[in-house]
Amino acid sequence: MKIVAVCGMGIGTSVLLKMNAEKVLQDLGIDADIEAADIGVARGAAQTADVVLTSEELAPEIGDVPAEVIVIENFFDLDEIHKKLSAAVR
Amino acid sequence: MALNLAEELSSIATNVAASDWKEAIRCAGDGLVAGGVTTEDYTEQMIEAVEEHGPYIVIAPGVALAHARPSESVKKGGLSWVSLASPVEFGHKSNDPVSLVIGLAALDHTAHIEVLRAVAGILSNPATRCGLDAAASPEEVRSLLARAASTK
Repeated sequence: MKIVAVCGMGIGTSVLLKMNAEKVLQDLGIDADIEAADIGVARGAAQTADVVLTSEELAPEIGDVPAEVIVIENFFDLDEIHKKLSAAVR
Repeated sequence: MALNLAEELSSIATNVAASDWKEAIRCAGDGLVAGGVTTEDYTEQMIEAVEEHGPYIVIAPGVALAHARPSESVKKGGLSWVSLASPVEFGHKSNDPVSLVIGLAALDHTAHIEVLRAVAGILSNPATRCGLDAAASPEEVRSLLARAASTK
């Protein structure tokens, strides 16, 4: 499974998202490759990804991609990420 | 032991008065400049990032992670900490108002990952977060961060 964590610059929020998503996937026992990307790179990367994790502001900028786009509100809330990610990868 | 965030912060300011989100980001930028981390251009780039992409840097209730792309305005990796006297609105749907702005500067896309891990570890702990919100001085913030690092 390929997951892309997206933020505007690719250094801050996407890296945090990637970290917390990795924790959650480990709990779920799912083997996934998570990449942190800025919005420019992400549009391309999202074409081949299964899931895109991002914030509400950036979700529309990703555009039309085959991947499922999941919007995370609180990047520190592992419960929220757990809930949304497990629903998507089921 | 987790990385001690207190040692990574190039500047800490508490009870800072900011009238809007731009001023709040400028304070975080000033902290980076004062710590020799960035030039003043970086501060403007952090503001432009929000103007361009919206308030997505408000990553959790009350917390904004102000940052811009690695560029010539970044001299070294670093973090600044600004807690606001009165919270300001960034225009985020669920995480406003913001009472803590962390300014982040990075030289590349990977060097600062351990620092971010420490930030996430500390701010995702509600008790630590609560204490930090109430901290009235930079010394208090430093000692709370050092304690959080040593108990993990």
